[in-house]
Amino acid sequence: MKFAIQVNEGPYQHQAADSAYQFTKAALEKGHEIFRVFFYHDGVNNATKLTTPPQDDRNIVNRWSELAAQYDLDLVVCVAAAQRRGIVDEGEAKRNGKDAENIAPGFRISGLGQLVEAGIQAERLVVFGD
Amino acid sequence: MSEEEMMDDEVVKKFMFVNRRAPYGSIYALESLEVVLIAAAFDQDVSLVFSDDGIYQLKKGQETAGIGMKNFSPTYRALEMYDVEKLYVSKTAMDARGISKDDLIVDVEVLSDEALADLMDDQDVIFSF
Repeated sequence: MKFAIQVNEGPYQHQAADSAYQFTKAALEKGHEIFRVFFYHDGVNNATKLTTPPQDDRNIVNRWSELAAQYDLDLVVCVAAAQRRGIVDEGEAKRNGKDAENIAPGFRISGLGQLVEAGIQAERLVVFGD
Repeated sequence: MSEEEMMDDEVVKKFMFVNRRAPYGSIYALESLEVVLIAAAFDQDVSLVFSDDGIYQLKKGQETAGIGMKNFSPTYRALEMYDVEKLYVSKTAMDARGISKDDLIVDVEVLSDEALADLMDDQDVIFSF
């Protein structure tokens, strides 16, 4: 099965951020294809490399980066939602005159068209949110 | 088939957006509208459902100056220009809140829970906001 995943909630705040990861990982391990993981609303906060959770807790951001590296996952952060919430890559920093970037490895920032395309291309779009 | 070939074939799927939340208590309603406009730009078969507190998104006379937010309700009236004309509201949600079609800024079709369920069953992709 070819899945697309949408993540609508932020890390540590909401179970949806964990469930999305666990579902994605389980699907990949079962041999399914993940066309794309799209981060929207507060879900874009899953993509900041500045996260520093306590050492005895899971690292939600690193977990995604590692999964992306292992399976060549396409992790896409919505640009409009990211701009509102201060998730920035090098290009966005330049474009908007910011002096820092914070996008974690394996993530990229792009438009909502990527979400619609994922809905078109995948056999199932699975939304994780409230 | 490659992505480009798929797009060239103009795949049209039925995209439904289910709006369940009040317009200003959270950002879901506004950011849902942004996806709707993009989906319409991709020439997909888009329909919108307003249920639960989501029907307040369509309420006439929204006045947001007091909360320092932009009143984005006029955008719903512009949906027609993007060929988004399938707007459905839940009768259950309307009745529970004492809202009638006359209270809404756009023309909608009022559906029973059963009819909404049938409509959802018919969709390819459902976004829930």
